[in-house]
Amino acid sequence: MSIALREYDSARLPHPMLREAAELLRYRDLVRQLVTRNVKVRYKRSVLGFVWSMLGPLLSMTALSLVFTQIFKPTTPLYPLYLFPGLLLWNFFAQTTSSITAEVIGGVDLWRRIYTPRTAFAVATTLTGLVHLALALVPLVLLMIAFGAPITMALTTAPLAALATALFALGIGLAVGSIAGHFADVGDLFQVLLGTWLYFTPVIYPRAILPERFHWLWQLNPMTHMVDAFRMPFYQHAAIPFDLLLTTLGLGCATCAAGWWLFTHTADDLVRRG
Amino acid sequence: MISSAAADLAISVIPRAQPALPAVQLEGVWVRYRVPYDRGKSLKEYAISRLRGGSAHFEHEALKDVSLSIGRGESVAIIGPNGSGKTTLLRLIARVLTPSAGRVRTRGRVAPMLDVVGGFHPELTGRENIFLNGTLLGLSRRDIEARLDRIVDFAEVGPFIDAPLRTYSSGMMARLGFAVASDTDADIIVIDEALGVGDERFQRKCAARIDAIQAHGTTFILVSHDMHSVQRLCSRAVWLDRGRVRTAGRAAVVVNAFLEAQ
Repeated sequence: MSIALREYDSARLPHPMLREAAELLRYRDLVRQLVTRNVKVRYKRSVLGFVWSMLGPLLSMTALSLVFTQIFKPTTPLYPLYLFPGLLLWNFFAQTTSSITAEVIGGVDLWRRIYTPRTAFAVATTLTGLVHLALALVPLVLLMIAFGAPITMALTTAPLAALATALFALGIGLAVGSIAGHFADVGDLFQVLLGTWLYFTPVIYPRAILPERFHWLWQLNPMTHMVDAFRMPFYQHAAIPFDLLLTTLGLGCATCAAGWWLFTHTADDLVRRG
Repeated sequence: MISSAAADLAISVIPRAQPALPAVQLEGVWVRYRVPYDRGKSLKEYAISRLRGGSAHFEHEALKDVSLSIGRGESVAIIGPNGSGKTTLLRLIARVLTPSAGRVRTRGRVAPMLDVVGGFHPELTGRENIFLNGTLLGLSRRDIEARLDRIVDFAEVGPFIDAPLRTYSSGMMARLGFAVASDTDADIIVIDEALGVGDERFQRKCAARIDAIQAHGTTFILVSHDMHSVQRLCSRAVWLDRGRVRTAGRAAVVVNAFLEAQ
């Protein structure tokens, strides 16, 4: 094994966004270890192990279905199948962004001691969320079979919507994390915002209950498109239309780039604060 | 193939055949910290203090115009009272911090040997923690697999290696931490205090490993208040005083001057 001598020159550093991406690539084994750690730690001490990842969302879905199935029956047949995919995607988004924010606040101490690409933790958290989301698809498909819904090739387009949401969550998490690193109460503020945001996203209710003249408002919410796209293969049994796919991936990439920019430009300040 | 073997040889030989270039170079380095007036830093408080027209921070200069050059294979101690900028200097060399002004250059792989148990997780086994901590220190998975047996052997934790870390004694944890941190094969090692790990016998073992690392031609930078280990481990010392270099030179001379000034 030969470790090439690496030169570091503080006066000749590449652009922060690119430097971080290059360092992240060099530390890819760290990202892998962090994902393994996150997944293992969550299940180490529980008897049911991985089953929890599937059972948890199933339980909350059942509770919500008991309440809302009757209410939304006229507009939304097979309500549990409408609710479940959206709920899974929303939970993925909410948990990923909250964890990244908490990690930025808690991680500064480690960053002061050891050099690591600081996005490694956020990227690992996002990937961990994707692992849990994938596991939760097992009960979703079982539910589809139980309801006699067809399992079609359209399902293969769902990962693309998950990918778009992952990019979006990473961007939001990095952006909120950078601000929360400077102002601790922004983390709490974001939690409140998340609670409200859910009610402005058609996850629990069908879009049909909204008055026509307010639809444009919902269109402004990126999570509306993410949830719509992800739900389509499971509920409408149709492949995600190309324009919707383009919209979600575009929103995901743009948000990720913006969060990445903000984070890489402010992370040094966090370390430099007393 | 011969050509690839020659290429491998060239990669490992060429940089080491340039002893003239120092391993660490600081030129006119300044570090300014922004210190908040109030520990409870919130958006609300920030807005209030801004409305009142005051600044929420003051600037603290931790290092002022520091220039320093450390040659390959040299062992240098950074000494000075608390708050003199020693840890800041280490952070610059470890790339954790970038200077506010001036230039920091390092040649070679830098690894910290500080707070060695910081990245451990109590629910993971010793073996899993070795991989986690090793990658945190910049090693690849393959690097760690190659030295796994040596690390386990050195840490002396026996069958506990496959038990969760929460079952470890504090001594076992510290030994495992040192075993990983001292086996990174770095060209430049920075140490912030805390060399005393475990009982007396294990401390001797640690000292022997540090001697071996030094004999291997690794550049060594130590921050310590313990003048005994400074003189034993380092040939040169730099005395920092309120962010400036006060004296630099032979360890024995600088340590004596420092002790007399106390």
